[in-house]
Amino acid sequence: MDNIGFILTTYIVAFGATVALAWHTLKRGRSLAEQLPDEDKPWT
Amino acid sequence: MAITAHTDSRSSTDTGRRTRSTGTRFTRALGIATIVLFAAVALFGLLISPADITQGESVRILYIHVGTVWVAYLAFVVTAVSSAAYLWKRTTSLTWDRIAGSSAEIGVLFMAVTLLAGSLWGRLSWGTFWVWDARVTTTAFLFITYVGYLAVRGLGGSHQQRARRSAVVALLAVLEIPLVHFSVKLWRSVHQEASVAGSTDVTLDGSMLFSLVLATVAFTAFYVWFVLHRQRVMAMQDALDDKGLDYALVERRAEGAQSVRGNI
Amino acid sequence: MSVFRIARLVAAKDLRIERRSRVVINQVLPFAALVMVLFAFALDNDDTLERVSPGLIWLATIFSLLVVVQRSFAIETADGALDAIRVAGVDPAGVFLGKSIALALQLLVLEALLTVLAVVLYQAEPSGSGVLVLFATVLPATCGLAFVGTLYGGLAAGTKGRETLLPLLLFPVVAPVLIGATRATEAALGAGGAATSEGWPWIGLLMIFAALFGVGGTLAFGPLIEE
Repeated sequence: MDNIGFILTTYIVAFGATVALAWHTLKRGRSLAEQLPDEDKPWT
Repeated sequence: MAITAHTDSRSSTDTGRRTRSTGTRFTRALGIATIVLFAAVALFGLLISPADITQGESVRILYIHVGTVWVAYLAFVVTAVSSAAYLWKRTTSLTWDRIAGSSAEIGVLFMAVTLLAGSLWGRLSWGTFWVWDARVTTTAFLFITYVGYLAVRGLGGSHQQRARRSAVVALLAVLEIPLVHFSVKLWRSVHQEASVAGSTDVTLDGSMLFSLVLATVAFTAFYVWFVLHRQRVMAMQDALDDKGLDYALVERRAEGAQSVRGNI
Repeated sequence: MSVFRIARLVAAKDLRIERRSRVVINQVLPFAALVMVLFAFALDNDDTLERVSPGLIWLATIFSLLVVVQRSFAIETADGALDAIRVAGVDPAGVFLGKSIALALQLLVLEALLTVLAVVLYQAEPSGSGVLVLFATVLPATCGLAFVGTLYGGLAAGTKGRETLLPLLLFPVVAPVLIGATRATEAALGAGGAATSEGWPWIGLLMIFAALFGVGGTLAFGPLIEE
């Protein structure tokens, strides 16, 4: 497979950014949820 | 609204009973589906689908490129619509504002990925990392404009000020972007750029088309998952800004009362 | 008080302040002239300079726009003047139009200087019929820049690191003006072999831009500066 460098870069960046964004959001969610009572969480 | 310490053990200010995440049954199911979809994209995009007759292997980049650009455009439309919804009746909740902000965040990130993927694909297909046509240039402008939007959201002030300012900026962007697109189109039509560095339109067959659609669905699923979680995080952040000090005081006093009792 | 009366009063106030303080005359015009000189150092080729002189005129204008807009709102935020106007219940649309008019007039002076400098420094040569195209270009382009500058300047005005936001917000928006005004000016000056008639579609674009942001700015300015 030629040009594999560019192709893999694209997939790694796309998936990596997605995973990083997801993890960061969940982590922030957890740390904030510790500090607030459930009445401030309309999804519960 | 008075906040008092509850001695009732069913109280949710009791740390042990708090919900510790922004997830619900729906988002967990969606999250798992998204992971499966992404695995499928990697499988089909990199292995199962064949190389293109003319483009060779570089077509694999297009699956990612089209998937992310579609979501980026969707995200910005949602931001614009949510901004309009917030301004429509100023008394509606800040949820519209949070949806607009969350959507713009993922839009900016995916737009960056789109530009990177497009640039790499262009290098492989046309020999250039960039081309000054209307679509590519407008995409870059869209990216910069929403980076500016996010910066405006970070200016501070009350939540309503943030919401109002960024909503106006988002709607002005809806005005600006078509103007940029049209100007660049007119500009480049005069120069009649070579058809070699042409469009990204390609004809795809069977499994290639499937991979493309799969990638689009996967990134859209992630978009929905992210916006749900992120706007919940924003809601908590806003609530903390408003009431955080009060809650902290209540808890410190409750601790103080307990330790006094413990010492007696 | 009607919106137009407010606009006239605000414009007169801004111009009076400029006449007394001479900040644009003493600082911004020299800056713009300096930018034109720096372009010559960077581009280092007489033919190139002559060919791109229209673009350089408008680039220098846009860089200077940044400074003039910041000045336009610095006089408001010093001593809380903008807050005072808001509290007085003055229609923000009038304030927007007034500040735009003052800004446009200052820009016209700037552009006149830059055009003269282009003729002198870059050997740009306006042809006879080109003068009409030049005027037809400068008016809508300047109005467009003034509207957009006032709008985003109002947003970025104030304390706490808002001023540095202005270039990031402003430059993407003025891109159509840069493209349109440059192409039309190329036609007017005959730079790069452009015919005078090629300028008119661009002038149309500039007029649409000015109209859209004139209306949009009038509507958006109030909510933007509301605190």
